[in-house]
Amino acid sequence: MSYVSIRDLHKYYGTYHALRGINLDIGKGEVVCVIGPSGSGKSTLIRCINRLEDFDSKSEIRVDGTPVVPGRALAKVRAEVGMVFQGFNLFPHLSVRDNVMLAPRRVRGTSRADAAKLADQLLARVGIAEQADKYPQHLSGGQQQRVAIARALAMEPQVLLFDEPTSALDPEMVGEVLDVMKSLAGTGVTMIVVTHEMGFAAQVADRVIFMDGGEVIETGTPQQVLEHPTESRTRNFLGAVLNH
Amino acid sequence: MDFFDTFLNMAVLRRSLPMLLDGLWLTLQLGAASIIAGLALGLVVALLGLYAVKPVRLLMRLYIDIFRSIPLLVLLIVIYYALPFLGLRLSSFASAMTALTLVSGAYTAEIFRAGIEAIPHGQFEAAEALGLNQRQTMFDVILPQAVRIVIPPLTNNSINVIKDTALASVVAMPDLLKQATQAQALTANPSPLIGAALIYIAFLWPLVLFVSYLERRYHGGRRA
Repeated sequence: MSYVSIRDLHKYYGTYHALRGINLDIGKGEVVCVIGPSGSGKSTLIRCINRLEDFDSKSEIRVDGTPVVPGRALAKVRAEVGMVFQGFNLFPHLSVRDNVMLAPRRVRGTSRADAAKLADQLLARVGIAEQADKYPQHLSGGQQQRVAIARALAMEPQVLLFDEPTSALDPEMVGEVLDVMKSLAGTGVTMIVVTHEMGFAAQVADRVIFMDGGEVIETGTPQQVLEHPTESRTRNFLGAVLNH
Repeated sequence: MDFFDTFLNMAVLRRSLPMLLDGLWLTLQLGAASIIAGLALGLVVALLGLYAVKPVRLLMRLYIDIFRSIPLLVLLIVIYYALPFLGLRLSSFASAMTALTLVSGAYTAEIFRAGIEAIPHGQFEAAEALGLNQRQTMFDVILPQAVRIVIPPLTNNSINVIKDTALASVVAMPDLLKQATQAQALTANPSPLIGAALIYIAFLWPLVLFVSYLERRYHGGRRA
């Protein structure tokens, strides 16, 4: 049973063919890591899943059976699909707690008190309960990204998209964010993670997808793809990444 | 000695002060009403200009460009002296407020547009990804941030609106300037004009200083 299904996904930026016919089925609760060189289309791919990027009208993406098309249904899909961005994108005019509370209050109609309780629980879960009253810009990058994860979790999403969540972080803060992500894996939430962290992929992913040139080149268990790649492009990429 | 008798004649100033204060009160009413109406108009025009269907967007662009091009005095005279030929007769206050609001709305729309466009795209994406609709994204996420950016230029625009209220004197509105010229005619002494100038400065100088302060704080704070 696939929870996220992607059929013949094409994406053009003007004449540039960024995604060239992607087919993917991702099951409920599965943790998928998408790896590949920059410009391979991996971020574009996950941004299509909640339609932050438009895609070719002949392509189809479904989340829990609902087609991801503009209109009323899209808001419903987006409420079920959380996203964590490379640049955090926290709301700078809201306190950390209010950042987490905003979507439950506005989209779900949760009361202020319930939303605050939920926010404090989630902030505790990502290990920053004591920062709830601060503003995002007063937190470290690692803390900001953990707030962003709590904000996404507040909508109790079925799917979490991570778009290079540790790429903008100082090296010493990567671990704290990956630890939070590890703690989410296996809790039933489907995770689709675009990442350069091969160690994380090896340890946490159920499946690794290698993309290059807008196509899925190779897919399989972390062991298959990371240790015994069959495609030369995968081997070249891993060689370049792992030898540094 | 002669200079003070002519330009700062205390006896004349004291005599004309009630007239000047009447005028000031009207000037402030006209300024405040036009500023508030212009803000509302400008916000609506900015949002329609950014997010409405294309014909409406073009219409908003046209409005902004026309009312930034037309001299306020010309617009005011057209409204007051030409519209009655179409059967639309507005009082001098209504004419002046309409002209000031239309022009202020055009400038305000440009200010709001720039403020909204200055918000990083990631803020829109984060809001959308959470499932917020367009209206919620705008009012809960984008505008609260844009307001910070637009306060200095909006204050600047408000100063211009208050200064431009003086043009209402040409359509016989008894504002501060009009009262001063009448007092000058009555007393055969220009001191009331100087008095009016000093009153304008006394009201607007603090606002000018406030804009400088806001601009310093904005550039010094957020960009750092």
